[in-house]
Amino acid sequence: MNKLLKGAAGIALVSALSISAIAADKLKVGFIYIGPPGDHGWTYQHDQGRLAVDAHFGDQVETVFVENVPEGPDAERTITRLARQGAGLIFTTSFGYMDPTLNVAAKFPDVKFEHATGYQRTDNVSTYGARFYEGRYVIGQIAAKTSKSGVAGYIGSFPIPEVVRGINAFLLGAQTVNPDFKLKVVWVNSWFDPGREADAAKVLISQGADIITQHTDSTAAVQVAEEQGVNAFGQASDMAAFAPNALLTSIIDNWADYYIARTQAVMDGSWVSTDTFGGMDANMVEMGPYINMPADVKAMAEATAAAIKAGELHPFAGPVYKQDGSLAAAEGEIVDLGSLLGMDWYVQGVDDQL
Amino acid sequence: MSPYEAILLTIITASTPLLLAAIGELVVERSGVLNLGIEGMMVMGAVCGFAAAHMTGSPWLGVLAATFAGIATALLFGLLTQTLMTNQVATGLSITLLGLGLSGLIGNSFVGLPGVKLTHVFIPWLSDLPYVGRLVFGQDPLVYISIVLTAGVAYGLNHTRAGLIIRAVGQNHHSAHALGYRVIAVRYACIAFGGATSGLAGAYLSLVYTPQWIENMTAGRGWIALALVVFSTWMPGRLAAGAYLFGGVWILGLYAQGMGVGIPSQLLSSLPYVATILALIIISTNRRLSVINTPASLGQGFVPDR
Repeated sequence: MNKLLKGAAGIALVSALSISAIAADKLKVGFIYIGPPGDHGWTYQHDQGRLAVDAHFGDQVETVFVENVPEGPDAERTITRLARQGAGLIFTTSFGYMDPTLNVAAKFPDVKFEHATGYQRTDNVSTYGARFYEGRYVIGQIAAKTSKSGVAGYIGSFPIPEVVRGINAFLLGAQTVNPDFKLKVVWVNSWFDPGREADAAKVLISQGADIITQHTDSTAAVQVAEEQGVNAFGQASDMAAFAPNALLTSIIDNWADYYIARTQAVMDGSWVSTDTFGGMDANMVEMGPYINMPADVKAMAEATAAAIKAGELHPFAGPVYKQDGSLAAAEGEIVDLGSLLGMDWYVQGVDDQL
Repeated sequence: MSPYEAILLTIITASTPLLLAAIGELVVERSGVLNLGIEGMMVMGAVCGFAAAHMTGSPWLGVLAATFAGIATALLFGLLTQTLMTNQVATGLSITLLGLGLSGLIGNSFVGLPGVKLTHVFIPWLSDLPYVGRLVFGQDPLVYISIVLTAGVAYGLNHTRAGLIIRAVGQNHHSAHALGYRVIAVRYACIAFGGATSGLAGAYLSLVYTPQWIENMTAGRGWIALALVVFSTWMPGRLAAGAYLFGGVWILGLYAQGMGVGIPSQLLSSLPYVATILALIIISTNRRLSVINTPASLGQGFVPDR
């Protein structure tokens, strides 16, 4: 009896070892999402990146994801679970996962972590973000050229640097076409509340805005624009299906190349903690198809996007004046990276107070 | 359309789902039952309404499906709390969690699909009247339903025999039982009614407000409805006033931001809550009226003693 038990234990041990050996060959890559992959916005694009990793590496890599993870204690629990399940690389794809990611990373020094849009790094935590503001500059130009009323409405989520940077870039782009262009800003204090986003769009339209743009995650604002016959832009993903007549173009986040490169780095053992802030030049920010606009507007937008991609044009090239009239960057200078990353001021012409 | 019409229309759109969900809960609470599952019933209504409308192309079938989804979820609550005598608070909370999870599962294949919108009523000539045409004669049908329901509940509770029985059951279920009323049956009926209006509120979100299905699209509106019921001291008229006040302050807050007044947006976002609480406290200063209206058996399970 005793022998039998020992034998059984031995077999169990051997099979356990062989399972872990197989698992070690295959890198497990985890993703934490703030919303559902079907939001057709922010999370959708991250999931497209995950699918690209699957397609690129085939059987060498296994990807797993957890959707709808609230920022806070739930996030820490979920990230810990992924790390325990043997994930070697974990992407946490929202700003609010910063502290949970750092806490879990401290407990699992052998697991690599990648935190999107954050700014705190450790030996096994990288941060990455994209220069979405480059796209905002292009749509600002399109807005100023297309608008009849000369007023655009901007729906903001939270007044954090990333969103403020987008507002400033949009207006700077618009001012190159029409120096008197007006921008109304409404904050809904949520990343995701379709009802409030729709309310904000309706209010802005009733106040004379004939172009709506948003830095929130749902397609609600774009749908309101379609219904009320004004123009709009897609955010994070191509939203043309939701507003076939109203949409002008979309700013598309492309994480695929980055996710493939970082997965490769972990497999090669060459992964080090870095900070990536890529733009159109790295294909992390792309423009959707230019639709519902005259040929000259399209040509202007394409030229601007090409110049940004080639590094010939920087949206925050001086002279840039702050709202209070002080100079943020003189002629020939560019607003420095530190000010860009921590942006807490508006440029001149924004009709709102921070 | 003038700006003032646009604002009033937006206010009505923002207030109607709150009113719909709250008016049902008011009846539920008047019968002595506390159902904290409004959010769960609403979100089930939203997903089933969207799914039915999308598959059949008919928004009215969507409204019907949403109503039944709300009733089904509510009857589950009824089965647990009235027949199996579970704790009402805990059961209500779990109904909310269940609804949010289950709706995500049901709606998984409907995410990102263009919706079917319940169109606004249009009456020739009347809807074209200046200033009031769109506001009074050009709303979507659910707005009229919400107003009719509120008036009906107000009349029914205070002027009909059925209303008297509901109030008696909510005030003192033992006395009502002794008089020969079937306490559990009355409560089941009220719970089902609450589920129906919560389902309608959900349909309003996924068929009128933002015609699409997005997970968790109720975004806490069920809880606001619940608070409105308590602060209205269980009176339908005050409830309607509270719902429209909440929606009004919320939209005017957005409007003020768009105008560029220098008030922090965080403060403006909290203003609807503050304003509604203040207003309802002020109108509730008549203590006697509040005491009369508070259902004395609220939240207590009823076990017939023989």
